[in-house]
Amino acid sequence: MQQIKEDEFSKQFDFELWKKMGKFLIPFKKLALMLAFIMALVGILDAVFPYLTKYVIDNFITANQVSGLGWFAAIYAGLVTWQALNILLMIIIAGKLETGLSYDLRRIGFNHLQELSLSYYDKKAVGWLMARMTSDIRRLGDIISWGIVDIVWGFTMMAASIVFMLAINWKLALVTMAVLPPLIAVSFYFQKIMLKLQRLVRKINSRITGSFNEGIMGARATKTLVREEKNLQEFQKLTAEMESSSVKSAIYSALYHPLAITLGSLGLGLVLWYGGAGVVENTFQYGTLVAFFSYAVMFFGPVNNLAYIFTRMQAAQASAERVISMINTEPEIKDAPEVKAKYGDFFTTENPRGPELHGAVDFKNVSFSYLKGEPVLKNFSLEVKKGEKIALVGETGSGKSTVVKLASRFYEPTSGKILIDGTDYRERSLFWLHSNLGYVLQDPHLFSGTIRDNIKYGNLEAGDEEIQKAAQTVNAHHFISRLEKGYDTEVGEKGDLLSTGEKQLVSFARAIIADPQIFILDEATSSIDTEMEKLIQSAIDKMMEGRTSFIIAHRLSTIRSADRIIVLKDGEIVEQGTHQELLNHKGYYYNLYLGDAEEGIV
Amino acid sequence: MSQLTYIWKLMKGNRMLYLTAVISLFLATIFATISPMVLRITIDSVIGEEPLELPSWIMSFYHNLGGREGLLGRLWIMGLLIVGLNILRGIFLFVRGKLAAQAAESMSKQLRDNLFGHIQHLPYTYHVRVKTGDLIQRCTSDVETVRDFLAVQVVEIGNAAFMLAMFVTIMYNLHPQMTLVAVAVIPIIIGFSFFFFRQVRIRFKKADESEGRMQTVLQENLTGVRVVRAFARQNYEVEKFDEKNDEYRNLLYQVIRSMAHFWSVSDFLCMMQTGAVLVVGAYWAAQGRLTLGTLVLFTTYVGMLLWPIRQLGRILTQAGKMFVAIDRIREVLNEKEEEDSPEALKPEIAGNISFKNVSFGYEGEERLLDNISFELKEGETLGILGSTGSGKSTLVSLLARLYDYQQGSIKIDGVELSRINKKWLRKNIGFVHQEPFLFARSIKENITLANDDVSEDEIYDVARTAAIHDVVMEFEEGYDSLVGERGVSLSGGQKQRLAIAQTLIRDCPILIFDDSLSAVDTETDARIRQALRNNKKEVTTIIISHRINTLAEADKIIVLDQGHIIQAGTHKELISEEGTYRKVWNIQHPPEKRKLLSKKGSVDYAAN
Repeated sequence: MQQIKEDEFSKQFDFELWKKMGKFLIPFKKLALMLAFIMALVGILDAVFPYLTKYVIDNFITANQVSGLGWFAAIYAGLVTWQALNILLMIIIAGKLETGLSYDLRRIGFNHLQELSLSYYDKKAVGWLMARMTSDIRRLGDIISWGIVDIVWGFTMMAASIVFMLAINWKLALVTMAVLPPLIAVSFYFQKIMLKLQRLVRKINSRITGSFNEGIMGARATKTLVREEKNLQEFQKLTAEMESSSVKSAIYSALYHPLAITLGSLGLGLVLWYGGAGVVENTFQYGTLVAFFSYAVMFFGPVNNLAYIFTRMQAAQASAERVISMINTEPEIKDAPEVKAKYGDFFTTENPRGPELHGAVDFKNVSFSYLKGEPVLKNFSLEVKKGEKIALVGETGSGKSTVVKLASRFYEPTSGKILIDGTDYRERSLFWLHSNLGYVLQDPHLFSGTIRDNIKYGNLEAGDEEIQKAAQTVNAHHFISRLEKGYDTEVGEKGDLLSTGEKQLVSFARAIIADPQIFILDEATSSIDTEMEKLIQSAIDKMMEGRTSFIIAHRLSTIRSADRIIVLKDGEIVEQGTHQELLNHKGYYYNLYLGDAEEGIV
Repeated sequence: MSQLTYIWKLMKGNRMLYLTAVISLFLATIFATISPMVLRITIDSVIGEEPLELPSWIMSFYHNLGGREGLLGRLWIMGLLIVGLNILRGIFLFVRGKLAAQAAESMSKQLRDNLFGHIQHLPYTYHVRVKTGDLIQRCTSDVETVRDFLAVQVVEIGNAAFMLAMFVTIMYNLHPQMTLVAVAVIPIIIGFSFFFFRQVRIRFKKADESEGRMQTVLQENLTGVRVVRAFARQNYEVEKFDEKNDEYRNLLYQVIRSMAHFWSVSDFLCMMQTGAVLVVGAYWAAQGRLTLGTLVLFTTYVGMLLWPIRQLGRILTQAGKMFVAIDRIREVLNEKEEEDSPEALKPEIAGNISFKNVSFGYEGEERLLDNISFELKEGETLGILGSTGSGKSTLVSLLARLYDYQQGSIKIDGVELSRINKKWLRKNIGFVHQEPFLFARSIKENITLANDDVSEDEIYDVARTAAIHDVVMEFEEGYDSLVGERGVSLSGGQKQRLAIAQTLIRDCPILIFDDSLSAVDTETDARIRQALRNNKKEVTTIIISHRINTLAEADKIIVLDQGHIIQAGTHKELISEEGTYRKVWNIQHPPEKRKLLSKKGSVDYAAN
């Protein structure tokens, strides 16, 4: 299993990667351009305001006259209103872009996840995939839309300020700009360190949350293991770590702001010294001096934002890489183009069930390996007639679950082929097989929602009557109708509000309502109480009736009612026949059944 | 307000730090106030020709520098003065930031530690009824709310208030009418942002909840991917997800739109405020009622005030949140911890257990156990059979004092259970649960959770006994593999086996298996029990199971039904009498199999 390493900090700014990300921006091209345009306006207007101050001072105050001040006030108010509107539009558009882009990425990601093969899911932990679909995408949406805002605004405002300054007085402009390089250096340096420290703090914080989680969810384990003190000691170590790195992070932020202030005041001091002298010598006007006071401290905003956004972008590269690699993963099992052209795919298919499926399954010299050189099935052949019930028996690792996975085309043979109704199943669509398949897992997975919703999952068109009938068939109706809300009872996340046995029964109802031609059951080993056990057994018998069935069997009753028992060992069939035949044969099955220590397969 | 006194209590030990931080903040604000005044003096009285009116000590300083004439030639002195003042301001800002963070972090560490330790010691009954998600939230996000408030918001509020007071005083002394113009919009901005953030909180919450729903759909799709595929429901899932995805997009967009309204309105107000100062100031300055330097000072002050003032409304709304968070935290801390009386005993435990007429039930509810009596001698094994809800788990929980019995008497080696120290007792009982909880650590660490003073060999030994060793060796990182979401995922049976290993390494005189082999297949179940038999010295064992094979070899077996013992005896006795035990036995061991086995000469089966 792959270790999950999140929050890596990549070394270099990767333009190629951001270009790839840019592809996802294509549908938002207009929006992005509009946003950039507005931000340029905001930046320019921001640079205009100090100039207005200069105008006021030179034309009214030092001139000692007020004619035209009314007009000036009107223009000023007009500009303010315009700027406020720009800001309104800017946030709305950036928000539209952010939410739209993340929505798209999530949609594309989700659709792609539906197509990826199960082998992909076998390798990736759910938490790993969740992180990509949630926090990584959120970070990307955020960084791209607000990145446009910050970058365009930062550059245009700086550029416009510089242009204005140069236009007013180029010498004073150069003096003022002297503080720009150290300001840029300091900002980038601090933003980078602060980001790293903040991430460290976040990481420790999530470990603290994890510890609380364990301390609370594992309360019983802690008590019975008498681990209270040790847990607390470990926790205190963690919080101490949290304290020291939080303080460290706070120290850097506490250092950065004063440094920036000092640099700003240095600019101010320079303007005062050089500009003041100019005013005395009458080479500058008062207004120029005051306007430059503003320009001198105005650089901090854009420089800070640019440093912020570029460090974040560098950090978000890891997110971009992860999301892109997920979206670009090719599914191992998919319909061939010809098949797709003929039958459509999951999202477009019009005739869902395609040509009728009868249920004859034929394994022809099938070999399969998960890892190269480690075959799990070797030259496996098995012909199953329509409606035949096959019980698969064997020790863990004998290959019985692989047979089932191949039959349901969750995996495909490495060599050999599998025919369904005489046709290689690769010549038909996945949808065709899967919509005719009933698959019940050892650990039944229910979706949150009501019992009704869950049963309906097997057949979306089913009405209440059908749902009830299905539940009755598999003996689930009795317990459901005893619940206060009956079929409308919420099952909770993962169905956790129901007992294991009840979950089983609901999952049976879900399978049977789909009316599949091929039925696959991985029987649960877990022992449940006797009453439930009986209900489940009779439900299984009913489900298999008239359907081609593959059962990884643990219950004796299931095995006995099978038409044929396939005994597997190391990926090969060692014996097959009915229960009685195999017992008479006194071979591997006989010993398995009776076991060495009074135990067996059941 | 009781919340404030509570905060005061929390700050104990950090009060000096906090006080120094506040003083630094005041000093920083004072320096921030002075530097625009230097600017004003420079403009009006150095470059300009206004007479200076300042306290005499500053005046003497001024004359020492050569008065106006001297400074005019050396304007760099004024520039340097401004830089110097800002450096001083910066130093105190730094001190404030550092100390406030130290105080707040140390306090939140204290709070977290208190919560964690406290929760660990709350009685099991508390954990059974509490909603875990809510409790975790109290320990994490509520603590953070309090921390943010102390580290950031108190400081910001103090900053804004102090700045406002300083600036207004100075401005008022310089020009009262102009001061009115300069602060006219401030109350409006504070009020506006306060009401805005109170309103928008609902939208934030809605968006958060919607995100949660979207994540649930995603999570369920990913964990249930096999079901989705088996029913070919990809299309349905895509639609389901799209609906939530779309809903979240819209709600988040609503939030951002509100923010857009807030920022544009408040920016508008702020810019208008600056404009008003500029225009009105220019009007009066042109008439000579205001100097240019004073105008520059006013615009600078207004510029410095606007940002913190805009934050003020937001912070005030968060103060409300903080009060709620404190109440929620205190509610947890006020729960009573599990206690042992100081004279509780710590006897040597050999493993003789006796239950005499024991009854138990939650207050006001039907009894879960009624009149239970049995005896178990050192080294003996008790098997318990019973359906869900029969009281089996409650029975063994009483023995570990996870619950306290209300009637009857339980004795271990003749000592009444309620007189034995709880931790001491639990140290002597190895308890394996049906759904064991594993910690997000390596497999090795999980095994040695309760006893880390063991060698590698001992770890492998117990792992072999619990039939988990081979499984572990197959993992890429063996015993160092992490367990859980971020590591290897174990099946229910593997978890149970790991929990068995974890218990065996403790070497307890009493072992309880609470249906803890239920998810293990029968073969492995048998192997584990065989290994246990070979291993164990004189360990008193209680096994709960639905499998007769698992129970058969116990010295005593009891059958529970709705809190009562309905049958008791040995396997032989029980299969020879009418009753639940024999019924279950017949289902699990059909006559055909028994016949074959008896032919093979197996003792147990021959009995029937």
